[in-house]
Amino acid sequence: MTDMAFVRSEIAPAKPAPVRTSGLVVWARKNLFASVGDTVLTLLAVLFLIWVIPPLLNFLVFRAVPPGGTVEQCRVENVGACWAYIASEIEFFIYGFYPMAEYWRPNTVFALFALLLVPLLWPRVPFKLANALLFFIPFPIIAVILLAGGTFGLRYVPTEQWGGLLVTLIISVVGICCALPLGILLALGRQSKLPIVKTLCICFIELVRSVPLITVLFMASIMLPLFMPQGTTVDKLVRALVGVTLFSSAYMAEVVRGGMQAVGRGQYEAAAALGLGYWRRMGFIILPQALKHVIPGIVGTFISLFKDTSLVYIVGMKDLLEAVKTKNDAIEWAAPTQAVTGYIFAAAVFWAFCFSISRYSRYWENRLNTGHKR
Amino acid sequence: MSDVSVATVERSIDTSQMKVSQTEVAVEIIGMNKWYADFHVLRDINLKVMKGERIVIAGPSGSGKSTLIRCINRLEEHQQGQIIVNGTELTSDLRRVDEVRREVGMVFQHFNLFPHLTIMQNLTLAPIWVRGIPKAEAEATAMKYLERVRIPEQASKFPGQLSGGQQQRVAIARSLCMNPQIMLFDEPTSALDPEMVKEVLEVMISLAEEGMTMLCVTHEMGFARQVANRVIFMDQGQIIEQNEPEAFFSNPQHERTKLFLSQILH
Repeated sequence: MTDMAFVRSEIAPAKPAPVRTSGLVVWARKNLFASVGDTVLTLLAVLFLIWVIPPLLNFLVFRAVPPGGTVEQCRVENVGACWAYIASEIEFFIYGFYPMAEYWRPNTVFALFALLLVPLLWPRVPFKLANALLFFIPFPIIAVILLAGGTFGLRYVPTEQWGGLLVTLIISVVGICCALPLGILLALGRQSKLPIVKTLCICFIELVRSVPLITVLFMASIMLPLFMPQGTTVDKLVRALVGVTLFSSAYMAEVVRGGMQAVGRGQYEAAAALGLGYWRRMGFIILPQALKHVIPGIVGTFISLFKDTSLVYIVGMKDLLEAVKTKNDAIEWAAPTQAVTGYIFAAAVFWAFCFSISRYSRYWENRLNTGHKR
Repeated sequence: MSDVSVATVERSIDTSQMKVSQTEVAVEIIGMNKWYADFHVLRDINLKVMKGERIVIAGPSGSGKSTLIRCINRLEEHQQGQIIVNGTELTSDLRRVDEVRREVGMVFQHFNLFPHLTIMQNLTLAPIWVRGIPKAEAEATAMKYLERVRIPEQASKFPGQLSGGQQQRVAIARSLCMNPQIMLFDEPTSALDPEMVKEVLEVMISLAEEGMTMLCVTHEMGFARQVANRVIFMDQGQIIEQNEPEAFFSNPQHERTKLFLSQILH
């Protein structure tokens, strides 16, 4: 036998680790104090938090006037956030000038919306097709009948009176539901072999993407009536809806196109070689893969659409932010922190919605990633 | 050309069903030319494939062999000449193209299974949506073909969970589910690990034994010897030489063919 040969005769027993590799101290040493530089940064960060957090807590909680407080309490010196103001005006922030006696109508719409949306978003709930059909066909009709009224003995409420979170949600939900399919069609059109379709789609996408949303909204509100027959008017809310939807769909189209380019040429060829026609190739093979690739981009577009709804004040709609701005000038709640509190509230509402959308998309990304990979 | 292999599947071939029709033409290509912009990729191609023929197309890379078979189901467009498949001439008429594609199966080098669908869905999608076959029937057919390629137990898995050889066998089964008249193979074993080449060749041989009309672009010269009834050699976009496999390998005529064979057969 040579020196190179080796055969293990007994199995080496497992021994406990010599130093601790887990626990709080080890974690802190590894993540916070690994080097001099890390230690300095950690200390600086702690100092920053000490500097920022107590005043913030004081303002938001300890020196704040809680809901139910009076305006006099909000007017004392060095007062914190005036939550009493938010609480007393919350109905205006949610419904705008919607008649108070009719609040049950938007409330019913909110409830129906939640009732249909939650099971739709929750993968384990069955009857997805029926659920989706209910959500996309009867629900919008019921919502319009309930909100606008004028039929079934319901009092007519013109859209000028709608406002606040109601308008923000209507525009963003309709925008999101319409921008994605429209964006997909535009992306397909842009990739099309038909020269006229292709040119039209490119022109639309490039034109809309190169102007600000405010311009699109102005155009929708001022130029749209010029193209309509004499005497017809288009509702302000509809103009805003069309403007926001078209604007987002152009961005969506580019996001979707990016996803389609990430799908390999072999997929197009395999689908074609099986004799599948264009729409089936796209619908069954290309789009499911393409859309999965670009979930972050799609959700990014949704989130910016949601925030961009605050620009509809341009065409005279009172969305959430505009409702807050209006009430910030209200004399009866005039106080040093009135406006700041109002804006913090609006920001918090926007944040809550956008963060939920973002978390939900993360959930789907993880779900789809584990779906068909080892 | 490192992927050239002369591995043979050690079994005798059952030739009882391998009949070449004398009258029925599967594919006819007449005076066909193709350009990529200014580059003349296929030059004056004339080829008549009878029903039941098993043709192996060989040649150095870039010789146009893949492009040629991709023209037969119009994944590539030709600019001059005629291609007639099962009596249907390929033109820019999309209905004719789809008609041809329904009857012509294709197996790709990189399998091109649909990664977001299960194996079963990969197999039943086209029969259900192109042929209009009821789902249950399509699934029964799919199961039959999965058994034929010897992986029925993988039906509910996703393509990413299978080995390369298994994926290629699924791809063959996927084409067979459409019940095609002609099968095109575009280097079906080139992307496989050496150990998996055999299992795919085995499936292809059994197809040939059933009398399937096949056009295979491949470097598997062993397969060509065992199964093909004709070998076509291409170079620079042209058909240089064609012959029965025995004569082709033992007595090549053209200088280019001799050089090619001397380099791949040791």
